[in-house]
Amino acid sequence: METFTYYPGCTLRTKAKILDVYARASAEALGITLEEPADWQCCGGAYTTAKDEIATKLSAIRTLNAAKTAGRPLITVCSACHNVIKQTNYDILHDEEMASKVNNYLKLDEPYCGETTIYHYLEMLRDVIGFDELAKHVTNPLKGKKIAAYYGCLLLRPSKALAMDDPENPTIIENFIRAIGGTPVIYAQRNECCGGYIALEDKAQAQKRSSSVMKSAEDQGAEMIITACPLCMYNLKKNSDSTLPVYYFTEILAEALGIKGDVNE
Amino acid sequence: MNKNLKEQVLRSSGVNVLKCMRCGKCSGTCPSYDEMEYHPHQFVYMVERGDIETLMNSKSIYKCLTCFACVDRCPRNVEPAKVVEAVRLAAVRQQGNNHMNPNQIPEMLDDDMPQQAIVTAFRKYIK
Repeated sequence: METFTYYPGCTLRTKAKILDVYARASAEALGITLEEPADWQCCGGAYTTAKDEIATKLSAIRTLNAAKTAGRPLITVCSACHNVIKQTNYDILHDEEMASKVNNYLKLDEPYCGETTIYHYLEMLRDVIGFDELAKHVTNPLKGKKIAAYYGCLLLRPSKALAMDDPENPTIIENFIRAIGGTPVIYAQRNECCGGYIALEDKAQAQKRSSSVMKSAEDQGAEMIITACPLCMYNLKKNSDSTLPVYYFTEILAEALGIKGDVNE
Repeated sequence: MNKNLKEQVLRSSGVNVLKCMRCGKCSGTCPSYDEMEYHPHQFVYMVERGDIETLMNSKSIYKCLTCFACVDRCPRNVEPAKVVEAVRLAAVRQQGNNHMNPNQIPEMLDDDMPQQAIVTAFRKYIK
């Protein structure tokens, strides 16, 4: 049983509990224990690219340092947390002034210099477990189900910092879908934005974006769409004119592993 | 032209606006294009010109979704979203110029709105 440090983030404790519970249960079923660091803080939701913003990046660094101290890679599952934490780590590694200001403030026992390896949960499935190995654990394959992978913006970009997949022709979620027995549907809008946080003050703009994503998936024959992001989930469900079902990828993972019924939502 | 403001935006964004070759790909790929008065490529050359205050006073700075499409797709690695971010910060950092009042937030919520949207709005709109 391998143990990783696991950062759930604010929304997985509240509106996206099912993304979290199925992530944990599926990891256990695959022989991986996810352990939260004590006293973690919200990542802030959005990464600020400004070089003169330091305080807004500290919570991500505290999480990265907690994983470093535990001597374990860090697993994220929410797309936004993943984006913020990976971009912060990239900056620590590439921007000496930022790293020195951060360490000057935090006064850690040992400076944090970008040592932690970060895996999105999907990367853990691909790179730690392996999709072939995952396929062996599938007892309830989603046979022939046409599933559209929705990457949105935060999982892949900026690609030089996230380094997860080809940002224009990604394959990680499609290969995940294959591993659990489904049939991936490729569609034009899979890596375009759902509208994100604009839903708060300009619902019409979010509706325009999310309806366009859903229509693009439907036009290619998708029977369901899957995401790793609570805000994409919200927009695609509430701010689109489509009835195409939207699921978190962890929920269909648990279903394929045959453990969904055992999990208490 | 406010030279200090231009320098502040250049320093804060870390962007070299002179690398831009005006291809417009950033604006072509921007999901908020229709909502913007000034588009990503215009941000780049208006900052080059030092016309920062016009941008700071435009609602365009609150329309960027931070999707990083223009950052990844710019053939010259200009990364226009970083300029938009720096201009927006220059605006909301002004005393009394927050874009959102926390007291307004409860009326914007519904039962499903994820916390992620609220904390992101705080990052983007409030200093």
